[in-house]
Amino acid sequence: MSANAALIKEFETLLGKENVLTSETDLHSYSYDAAVLDSKTPALVLRPTNSEALGKAVALCNENELKITVRGAGTNLSGGTIPHPGGVVILTNALNKILEINEQDLYARVQPGVVTAQFAAEVASRGLFYPPDPGSQAVSTLGGNVAENAGGLRGLKYGVTKDYVMGVDFFDVDGQLVKSGSRTVKCVTGYNLTGLMVASEGTLGVFESITLKLIPPVPAAKSMMAVFPSMNAAADTVAAIIAAKIVPATLELMDNFTIRTVENFRKAGLPVDAEALLLIEVDGHPAQVAEEAEKVEAICKANKATSVTVAQDAAQRDKVWQARRDALPALAKLRPTCVLEDATVPRSKIPAMIDALGAISKKYDLTIGTFGHAGDGNLHPTILTDKRDTHEWERVEKAIDEIFEKALGLGGTLSGEHGIGMAKSKYLAKETSKATLEYSRKMKSVLDPKGILNPGKIIGW
Amino acid sequence: MAEIKKLVTMLKELDDQLVNCMKCGMCQAVCPIFKRTGREADVTRGKLALVEGLAGEILKDADGVNEALNRCLLCGTCQANCPSGVQVVDIFLKARAIMTGYFGLSPAKKLIFRRLLAHPGLFNLLTGMASKFQGMFIKPADQIIGSSCARFNAPVVGDRHFKGLAQKPLRKIVSSLDEPAGKSGLRVAFFPGCVVDKMYPDVGTASLKALRHHGVGVFLPSGQACCGIPALSSGDRATFESLVRQNLAKFRAGQFDYLLTPCATCTSTIKELWPTMYKGADADVQALKELAEKTMDISQFLVDVIGVDVQAASSKAPKVTYHDPCHLKNSLGVTAQPRKVLKANPAYQFVEMAEAGVCCGCGGSFNINHYEMSKAIGTRKAENVIASGADVAATSCPACMMQLTDMLSRQGKGVRVKHVIECYAEMISSAD
Ligand SMILES: Cc1cc2nc3c(=O)[nH]c(=O)nc-3n(C[C@H](O)[C@H](O)[C@H](O)COP(=O)(O)OP(=O)(O)OC[C@H]3O[C@@H](n4cnc5c(N)ncnc54)[C@H](O)[C@@H]3O)c2cc1C
Ligand code: SF4
Ligand code: SF4
Ligand code: SF4
Repeated sequence: MSANAALIKEFETLLGKENVLTSETDLHSYSYDAAVLDSKTPALVLRPTNSEALGKAVALCNENELKITVRGAGTNLSGGTIPHPGGVVILTNALNKILEINEQDLYARVQPGVVTAQFAAEVASRGLFYPPDPGSQAVSTLGGNVAENAGGLRGLKYGVTKDYVMGVDFFDVDGQLVKSGSRTVKCVTGYNLTGLMVASEGTLGVFESITLKLIPPVPAAKSMMAVFPSMNAAADTVAAIIAAKIVPATLELMDNFTIRTVENFRKAGLPVDAEALLLIEVDGHPAQVAEEAEKVEAICKANKATSVTVAQDAAQRDKVWQARRDALPALAKLRPTCVLEDATVPRSKIPAMIDALGAISKKYDLTIGTFGHAGDGNLHPTILTDKRDTHEWERVEKAIDEIFEKALGLGGTLSGEHGIGMAKSKYLAKETSKATLEYSRKMKSVLDPKGILNPGKIIGW
Repeated sequence: MAEIKKLVTMLKELDDQLVNCMKCGMCQAVCPIFKRTGREADVTRGKLALVEGLAGEILKDADGVNEALNRCLLCGTCQANCPSGVQVVDIFLKARAIMTGYFGLSPAKKLIFRRLLAHPGLFNLLTGMASKFQGMFIKPADQIIGSSCARFNAPVVGDRHFKGLAQKPLRKIVSSLDEPAGKSGLRVAFFPGCVVDKMYPDVGTASLKALRHHGVGVFLPSGQACCGIPALSSGDRATFESLVRQNLAKFRAGQFDYLLTPCATCTSTIKELWPTMYKGADADVQALKELAEKTMDISQFLVDVIGVDVQAASSKAPKVTYHDPCHLKNSLGVTAQPRKVLKANPAYQFVEMAEAGVCCGCGGSFNINHYEMSKAIGTRKAENVIASGADVAATSCPACMMQLTDMLSRQGKGVRVKHVIECYAEMISSAD
């Protein structure tokens, strides 16, 4: 059933007329997200401004069998917010209150539409630290982060979003508020529904509020840039650093193509001949930072680094990270379409994966730049193409298939952080098992008997 | 009204530019309109998708798309921050021109652009008359000034707090100049822009005073026309081209090292839009390119060419803060020089305000069509100015001055609005 006039009236009474969007232009502007996939237009867009209205809207959709896609900032890269044609998009960006920051017990409670970077800044202003920092943090929402289990540059040492979620209160399809987790560090009450909600991509419940763990800020940090003559040398270095029992806060890798592109873009003096760059940051207590920085430098050199530059001040430190921040923008400017993948392999398999990417790029005659989180094996092979070129696009699709096949073959995973959504649901059983898929589907069919919650995502149809 | 097929064909020309948007959504972080409404159709990504949808015939509602396109300040903040380097302002200006071609220009705009703006003499005459009678004839002044210049927002509509038309416009104070280079060995052409001419002649005289002080010869041809941005941002390319042509003829006649303006909008229009949007003879386009290369904001000239430097201010001096006009910051990346010029006068202490680089919400005709939104954005700006503790809010764009004046006067805290060059010229003795 689609939304008829009477139902629209009902939504308007519930949410206020201005929060029910029905114009063609409004509907079209919620038909896509950051994934390179075809857009699908919803029939209705709702923007609840308080949690009671959110719950009632969900219930009303369920009664009328309207498919719901919840949308935060729409920055996910896997099609998680591309709506069901004729369905409803529920926007969370008006649910943007930080409900509580508890400095004694080190947690915060937020509504799902709070923007990640704004939250992190507010937390920092209270002398605390919220580490997850996805590249999209300036716009992404915490609800979206939890639903995708987003990670960031600090993932290696500080973990990803799931490591900070203490509880999620969410609406089930009947609009009943299900509470999970707690404000205590330890909690084993009942099923781990909080865990179930993390990475659920809007398919199991609609988040109403989230409790997040906070930690004390880190007093000191040191950054450095190490240049390598081969990808193998860089990968050996990564392994050697971890083997030396040093866990850097950040350990990022760039391949030669990306280095050259970034240099072309910013002219910051990057070594264009280098086969690989490692950008490393160690943090912690000042004494420990000094010691670890020295050790890391020595390890880099012992593993054939041709140079290691340690940032001496804030400006130099910023230069190191600017190079990393430039990777995506610089690559994105080369060709009209930029497909950012996030195949992830065990750390030791990085050289094998990089080799495979080189072979795939040759085989399909495509330009692929690779950068990513070397410390956790999460690579971002970035295919530069033009979607309008149908022949090339066919090759891109084949290349993507092969990238994932390779990553799985190396004992890796389909997604380190971008989620499965629509883009990768077809590979899911391959990584897990047929039974996993069936179990997931069974669970979903009981929790959401009418199949209204973000249909088609993760587990397919 | 032309048929929709035609519109679609024209919009398809934008395809090569539209396709560069990777829909990452990062523009949501910076767009002042989106910040207020939270609606995707108000942010760059949404608007680009709408134009794309219309071109791809997925959408039919050309009116709706047109309306969305007009809910934009053309502040260029999104473009300056876009990771994919999408030429947003260029796309929006072209799309507006195509839309205007399709819908036709509104009769009021047609009258104003084609009959008035395109004929500087008549425009001057009428605004001159309006300045004398503005108390009596509020309505005509509103129509003529209100919608005539996109940067020249309606001073008399609604409850705006405005500065009226100057009793004596700049062109009556200094009709033309053609001086040789002085001790600096430099000679510049001066383009005051119509807001300076008609509303803020003091900015013009302060500019000339500063140039004279540094021994710079000035070439100021009479009968300059508007830079054309109001027509262009309303999609009226014909008027834009006629204005550019008139100006080109004036400036071609002189020899000079730089073309200076005290208007951020004029600077970016001359530098970026004259050479790219003008579709005329190759020789003209070449001349416009050469002109664009010589064009500079007046503060940039004082700092980068003349070399004025910072002076220590007394701690008792009144405080001045600086608002970055979008057209200097986002389009041209000029942010340091105006601050340096302010610091060059020891009679002021410079204080930085929060969010100095965020748009003031004026946006030309946006201010007229979406006054409430414009006011909401501007109020925040005024609050930041006040929180900085400044006695004077300085900026480099007369249109921003109008918006700041309106917004600050509402706050009733007695903060004055000045152009950077006015602050600078205050330290030059009048005997100079
Ligand atoms: C330039 C760029 C850089 C990026 N960098 C990273 C990165 O470094 N690391 C990373 O992990 N990701 C990254 N991403 C991907 C993306 O930003 C993240 O997945 C982010 O968490 C999405 O947040 P969002 O608010 O945009 O959510 P959306 O895209 O709006 O939604 C994502 C999913 O969450 C669901 N959802 C949202 N709110 C709720 C709710 N209240 N209840 C239930 N379900 C909900 C949606 O239905 C959807 O399935 C990047 C994306 C871009 C464009
Ligand atoms: S930031 Fe640029 S590329 Fe990203 S959505 Fe906005 S306009 Fe498109
Ligand atoms: S130009 Fe300014 S107002 Fe227009 S979309 Fe970009 S940021 Fe928003
Ligand atoms: S930008 Fe300057 S010259 Fe152009 S219309 Fe506005 S004031 Fe006139």
